[in-house]
Amino acid sequence: MSARVVTITSGKGGVGKTTVTANLGVALAMRGQRVVTIDADIGLRNLDVMLGLENRIVYDLVDVVEGRCRLRQALVRDKRLQELYLLPAAQTRDKSAVRAEDMVRVCDELRESFDFLLVDSPAGIEQGFRNAVAPADEVFIVTNPEVAAVRDADRVIGLIEAEGKGPARLIINRLKPELVRRGDMLDTSAVIELLAIDLIGIVPEDETVIVAANTGRPVAFTDNSPAGRAFHNIARRMLGEEVPFAPLKEPGFLERFFRWMRAEGEEQR
Amino acid sequence: MRERDDIAIKGTRQGLLIALGEGPWEAQVDALARRLEKGAAFFRGGRAALDVGPRPLNESQIRQARDLLARYEVDLWAVQSTADATILATVRLGLSPILGPEAAAGDTGPLREGKETPAPPAGGLVVERTVRSGQRIEHPGDVIIIGDVHAGAEIIAGRHVIVWGKLHGVVHAGALGDERAVVCALDLAPTQLRIADHIARSPEERRRRPVPEMARVHKGRIEAVPWPHR
Repeated sequence: MSARVVTITSGKGGVGKTTVTANLGVALAMRGQRVVTIDADIGLRNLDVMLGLENRIVYDLVDVVEGRCRLRQALVRDKRLQELYLLPAAQTRDKSAVRAEDMVRVCDELRESFDFLLVDSPAGIEQGFRNAVAPADEVFIVTNPEVAAVRDADRVIGLIEAEGKGPARLIINRLKPELVRRGDMLDTSAVIELLAIDLIGIVPEDETVIVAANTGRPVAFTDNSPAGRAFHNIARRMLGEEVPFAPLKEPGFLERFFRWMRAEGEEQR
Repeated sequence: MRERDDIAIKGTRQGLLIALGEGPWEAQVDALARRLEKGAAFFRGGRAALDVGPRPLNESQIRQARDLLARYEVDLWAVQSTADATILATVRLGLSPILGPEAAAGDTGPLREGKETPAPPAGGLVVERTVRSGQRIEHPGDVIIIGDVHAGAEIIAGRHVIVWGKLHGVVHAGALGDERAVVCALDLAPTQLRIADHIARSPEERRRRPVPEMARVHKGRIEAVPWPHR
């Protein structure tokens, strides 16, 4: 068994990388996967807060890299899920404390004992981002349906392709169906057309996410919020299940007709 | 250990230009590493272009140089070479290619200066991929893109620009002053379109159904006409 290393990144800050990492970690662990979430945002760590594990940290990633502890000692086990761990970032250092080779080495050491390593990348396209992407087998790009976020996502997708880590897959976070319906927000198809990459999830705007982040209990723990369901759908897709994307607007007559035509065509093949 | 090497480093308006000497790539990289180590404080926080001469390099070799420079906090932004393979690898890595030795001085800006410069005898550069935001393709001859050019990308050509796809970024054809240069695209909707000294923006409202168009300078203004002509 060897873990899949998935790096979650975005370019623009504040689009929800850490929320996505925490919730995918929870959703995968609830499905019986052994998961380590790794906070690669040295100096601005947040993942521990979102997971409610801040007060359990003894050692961090920089301690591991600089040899002050063994890797196992730095892993913080989740208080609710047996198979969910956090490798926290150092808060008192900066991004130069870790190199890309260090991230690769740490991930290689963890690969044998886990199913998924989720790396939460810092915003930006500098060294911290490069470090987070270096060990990745797959990259998820988080964006909001806003022009500026999409533009930054495009830049990052180009860099990922250049690193030979592509094709990256896309998570559209904080979609407001009401605004899309009114034509005031980019809709899913517009974002995908702009970026020309595959989608792995759409997470609707959901107030419970903010409450959850503040209380250290990610929404994915309960299945009854729209965002929680969306994260579980992404986890299922990561595990190879075919989960249809929930329609965010009613398909028009022509769209239904074309879908029907396509389905007919596929059956005949 | 031999202290001398034939690496030349000079300052330009766009940052450092590091010219590697002749000889095997690995040896030059080692020599560069020693230079960086000796002058770590001098290099820290700078940006640099790397002149590799006629060497054909692949992506991983350029990446190797970029990562070496990054370790000393030098940001590699461009690679200068006369080898096509190197230029292509540079473009694929999302770095800027600089062609030929004439740009070496760097302090006048590689292109778009001086109208009296005659168009250089340069061939075409074919790029077969999506050009994304932040990526810049610069070439003294024709540039042909088979793929889309996203908003935030820049294409600068000494002569024509042809995009077999959507053109949403900034494009400058005839950047050396050639007013006869044209820009063609299947969906011509650039953020900004320049030909020689002329500048135009796309109309605000997007067409529902894009048609192939060609933009050119006509009576002192840039105009776009559908292709083929009716």
